[in-house]
Amino acid sequence: MKLTVNDLNSFYGPAHILFDIALEVGEGEVVALLGRNGAGKSTTFRSIVGLVENRSGRVMFEGRDVSELPTHAIVRGGLGYVPEERRIFTNLTVEENLEVGRQPKRAGAPQWDRDKLFKLFPNLGEMRGRPGGRMSGGEQQMLTIARTLMGNPSLVLLDEPSEGLSPKIVEQMVDAILAMKKEGVSIVVSEQNLHFARLISDRAYIIERGRICFGGTMAELDARPDIRDAHLSL
Amino acid sequence: MAFYVVQFLTGLASAASLFLVASGLSIIFGVTRIVNFAHGAFYMLGAYVAFTLTERFSGAFGFWGGIIVAALAVAAIGVLVEMVLLRRIYHSPELFQLLATFGLTLMVEDLVVLIWGPDDLVGRRAPGFKGAIEFFGQNIPSYDLFLIALGPVVLGVLWLLFQRTRWGVLVRAATQDRDMVAALGVNQKWLFTSVFALGVFLAALGGALQIPRDAVNHAMDLRVIVEVFVVVVIGGLGSIIGAFVAAVLVSELNAFGILIFPKISIILVFLVMAVVLIVRPWGLFGKPEAPARRTPGLTVNPWRPLTTNERLAAIAVLVVAAALPFVAGNYVLTVGSEIAIFVIFAVSLHFLMSVGGLASFGHAAYFGLGAYGVALLAKMAGLPMIACLLLGPLLGLLGAAVFGFFAVQLSGVYFAMLTLAFAQIVWSIAFQWVSVTGGDNGILGVWPEKWAASPSHFYWLSLGIAALAVVILRIIVFSPFGFALRATRDSPLRGEAIGINGKRIQWTAFVIAGTVAGLAGALFAYLKGSVFPDNMGISLSVDALVMVLLGGVETVSGAVVGAIVYKALNIWLVSQTDLSKLVLGGFVVLIVVAFPKGIVGTLEAFVHRRRKSSSSASSPLLTSRIESAE
Repeated sequence: MKLTVNDLNSFYGPAHILFDIALEVGEGEVVALLGRNGAGKSTTFRSIVGLVENRSGRVMFEGRDVSELPTHAIVRGGLGYVPEERRIFTNLTVEENLEVGRQPKRAGAPQWDRDKLFKLFPNLGEMRGRPGGRMSGGEQQMLTIARTLMGNPSLVLLDEPSEGLSPKIVEQMVDAILAMKKEGVSIVVSEQNLHFARLISDRAYIIERGRICFGGTMAELDARPDIRDAHLSL
Repeated sequence: MAFYVVQFLTGLASAASLFLVASGLSIIFGVTRIVNFAHGAFYMLGAYVAFTLTERFSGAFGFWGGIIVAALAVAAIGVLVEMVLLRRIYHSPELFQLLATFGLTLMVEDLVVLIWGPDDLVGRRAPGFKGAIEFFGQNIPSYDLFLIALGPVVLGVLWLLFQRTRWGVLVRAATQDRDMVAALGVNQKWLFTSVFALGVFLAALGGALQIPRDAVNHAMDLRVIVEVFVVVVIGGLGSIIGAFVAAVLVSELNAFGILIFPKISIILVFLVMAVVLIVRPWGLFGKPEAPARRTPGLTVNPWRPLTTNERLAAIAVLVVAAALPFVAGNYVLTVGSEIAIFVIFAVSLHFLMSVGGLASFGHAAYFGLGAYGVALLAKMAGLPMIACLLLGPLLGLLGAAVFGFFAVQLSGVYFAMLTLAFAQIVWSIAFQWVSVTGGDNGILGVWPEKWAASPSHFYWLSLGIAALAVVILRIIVFSPFGFALRATRDSPLRGEAIGINGKRIQWTAFVIAGTVAGLAGALFAYLKGSVFPDNMGISLSVDALVMVLLGGVETVSGAVVGAIVYKALNIWLVSQTDLSKLVLGGFVVLIVVAFPKGIVGTLEAFVHRRRKSSSSASSPLLTSRIESAE
């Protein structure tokens, strides 16, 4: 297994947010984490990379227990994280944003550099010197993904990549994610949009009120319309 | 004409050091979000270390090498401070960060005197820049020309560093979103440490470069930090260009202000700062902060008025305190009066800080204004004591109304810097305007009238007024005004949305706090029989902050306990050691790191926990599931 999460519990102050989350991601797999707004998708990702201080449980990445490591060490180990809301550096240019994400090459993980990323996201190549604050939402979303890929991750947590994008940009996003998969990057993608998830994912988990309530292949999910209707707003 | 040109060049030369220190402060703030109050202390250390090194090693190499090595050595001390102290408090509320670095400043002041002695030290002239250049019959020191050239050079080097290196890109990224930088695999710890080292290096270099121009002394830290605060408020915190432009502006205002208002030149700088704050509250080159990153409070205990039993207990304590004159001697009673006065002072600041969420670092200004108000009324107008006690604090009210208006336009660290700068301005006026305030000699002979003259009577008077002040402030806390003030503290936007005029509410709170502080100052003038500029000095402002912190920031009236414990300790300490600032500073740092809830806060938490465990089951807050996650 690429990534195994067990008994993950998280808290914000006194509030208990995640309850015994467990999930697995195989080598080269694309796994969707589906759920409504506020179900705990982002918190799950933030907990895995150590951005939630108060958490317990075990996160195994490439056979190594990373649950006690600080965020930067987890990421340096090859576990990339693309946050929701993009969070690009608005005062930095496209190239400088990529520079922040740059990490040394890592054996066994796909390698990325500027030119390769500009091929994957041609729009970005045309605006290398533009400050991040003067880009459209779709361009910013591509930049966040490209920035994380600069760290040569072997697995990427992708938080709601289709949120707020126009249908045309969503198509480009699908292509980009499939291209990443082809390169050999394992991906966990959180989504509210089942159609988008179906286009890219091998398997899916459904999270509701901080608990995983379904896990299986996309076909298995389609065979259970009751679950789908109960936990996802379509 | 030539005279004005020379004056202008002198101003530019002074701007160089100011720029170095201010840019260092700005860089550190940009990344770590800590306003390093100890920056003046690092500046001073740079000067002292450079003095020693340049005295020890002769020649041009010894001099310039000494300056660089001094700055590097102080930067190394800075790294140590960052790793040992600041790393523990990056996630604390900003008040604690300000206080911890302030405590550090106090410690350094005593250490410097301990190592280098209390006298001014006059350093060597710079080899190669000893002469002066004649300009239409006026002399310009060539070292000034060197400094004038140095400023833009440093600005250029910093610009290259931030624009053209990976380190610079990381620092700029971290300035905007440090968590995201960590989420991209960058080790923030070392980024912070290196940024702090650079900032301290710049401050120390600024200090070291001053030695051919100015004597080195142990008060230069506060002088420079106040000017630097004014510079960064005008230029915009976090902007290096802003620091440069504002440093030039402030230095020129000082240079020409001396010609226009020789007695109170600082007024001019104040006026410019006020205009900038009205037009651009975040400085000429600063950016408005995104909605403030609210640091969650330390406790979740909601405030409530005292129960009947607690009220009876408070009255009982007051009765016991009132019985003191029957058992104690005059000395104890005088100490008791002083403590009562400081209870008034501390609760006034506590009101502003805890209820209003506005941490003032210059609250002594209003204490001092009240004291001067009484002294001027009593000595010049010859009014009776009661009239003086009623009218004197009005000077504190007036000062709070004027300064508060500007201060509440800002919040957080800007508010703290601005209140400190205002207090220094008031202090300078008292110090420089000799014809009215008597300058350093103060105003003597302000004695109470016969009915209040005996120690026991004065003690009862102070105790009564203190009790009254505490009761009135508590009533305000639980009044509709108090609710509005707390709402504004917790969420200015939501407050506005339900129709609360946040700025006006905060301004009113500032005026209330200033007036009560003025009342404390008025009593203090009668207790001591005199007033001095130190009655509005920085150390008094810090005393008040420590009292509030010691009592517990998040309590309703913790400052009462904080003031009693602290003042008693302080009086005892001063009688025991000459190094009171060292001990006091260490004490402040210790509270911040180890004891952030204060005495009353810790007791409350303890009682709360016991109550919870005795009423079986765990807290409903912890077990109830919060339905919506982020």
